[in-house]
Amino acid sequence: MKYLDEFRDLLRARRLLDDIKETTSRPCVIMEVCGGQTHAIVKNGIDRLLPDKIELVHGPGCPVCVTPLELIDKALAIASRPGVIFTSFGDMLRVPGSKKDLFTVKSEGGDVRMVYSPLDALRIARENPAKQVVFFGVGFETTAPLTAMAVWQAHQQQIDNFSMLVAHVLVPPAITALLNSPENRIQAFLAAGHVCTVMGWEEYIPIAEKYRVPIVVTGFEPIDILEGILMAVRQLEDGRAEVENQYARVVKREGNRPAQELIARVFQVTGRKWRGIGEFPQSGLVLRPEFEAHDAEKIFEIGQMRVEESPECISGLILQGLKKPHECGQFGSRCTPQNPLGATMVSSEGACAAYYAYHRHRTDHVEN
Amino acid sequence: MCLAIPGKVIEITEENGLPMGRIDYSGTVNTACLAYVPEVKIGQYVIVHAGFALSIIDEEEARKTLDLMGEMFPGDLGAGEEK
Ligand code: SF4
Repeated sequence: MKYLDEFRDLLRARRLLDDIKETTSRPCVIMEVCGGQTHAIVKNGIDRLLPDKIELVHGPGCPVCVTPLELIDKALAIASRPGVIFTSFGDMLRVPGSKKDLFTVKSEGGDVRMVYSPLDALRIARENPAKQVVFFGVGFETTAPLTAMAVWQAHQQQIDNFSMLVAHVLVPPAITALLNSPENRIQAFLAAGHVCTVMGWEEYIPIAEKYRVPIVVTGFEPIDILEGILMAVRQLEDGRAEVENQYARVVKREGNRPAQELIARVFQVTGRKWRGIGEFPQSGLVLRPEFEAHDAEKIFEIGQMRVEESPECISGLILQGLKKPHECGQFGSRCTPQNPLGATMVSSEGACAAYYAYHRHRTDHVEN
Repeated sequence: MCLAIPGKVIEITEENGLPMGRIDYSGTVNTACLAYVPEVKIGQYVIVHAGFALSIIDEEEARKTLDLMGEMFPGDLGAGEEK
């Protein structure tokens, strides 16, 4: 496929690997922020092909994994109500809440539907005026323009039976929080290319300067990831700490202005808990008060819930790059994709699921 | 979750007041909302995430990434394909 195959070319990958080997003179720790990149890295064995001096740690960039338990439990409560059609991206359906998941609600008779786009949820609302149609608005800045458009359309066209349970999270505040942590080991970041497609990369400039950390906006194909790593290593070797854009075929410095405008019109920034990690200030989005009529949290009045996290799951440490999945005692034994204890084993982009799918629990190291 | 894939815009239409496009992903055709790429033209490639085009692919930049390895790969990016 054009714009995909050529970025998976083996010869080019080899050359980049050689360049990386030649360039790297000392140990370094690089975090890929996005779960999609984690998946590509583990799938293609990039982490094993790199020189031993480079350690890749997997970041919190999996919205499915970091959606707080409270919001999952709220989703379950709303989806269980009669008269509700609860719509969601497919990857949220098996994320464990305190007691069950959305699939269980569906098997118990709840009308839970998987949709491809928030606009599909809006269409379901148009077609079912007697039902309350709720969309689970999960995702990073990449997804926020989509959910913003659905709410905006519902508002403009008075589709009163459409509402959204908003769980959006923002990437730069999470990166800042990781850098502020006393346990931080990360020396450079591969920033998530599709988040920057929407937001651009100017927000990262003050972060790179303040923390003296290279940040390379990076794509998702093997060639992209290898080039991103090479650019980060070159910066570390030269003692530079800049924002660079590896993914320029897609990401512009200023991002997508129309998308940013609608996000700002529909949402406002709020503090948000990240599952397993804790609360980061200014790291989430909620609907502005003008859109209250489409705010599922307001409409359904769920109130406070008592939530219970599985005590064995260390996904929070994994999402902060402090532990690797196979270091979890439950990995591959009690916790598998068929029977997940934590969200990082559910989402195809979760680090635990990626390690499981590509058998990282069987052999840990392969010679370069 | 942030998965987004490249596809070619082959038709531009409208639906419920929104600009929509038919997008060809090497044979599989699907619709996507074009509201965030208002300047897009038929034949251009866009990056699509969950039913929305978020960016028009810059052919020149794509070529640069591939050429960075110090070798020219003429024709790799579209010269052999009609626009
Ligand atoms: S393997 Fe399972 S229990 Fe362990 S951290 Fe990953 S999701 Fe949690």
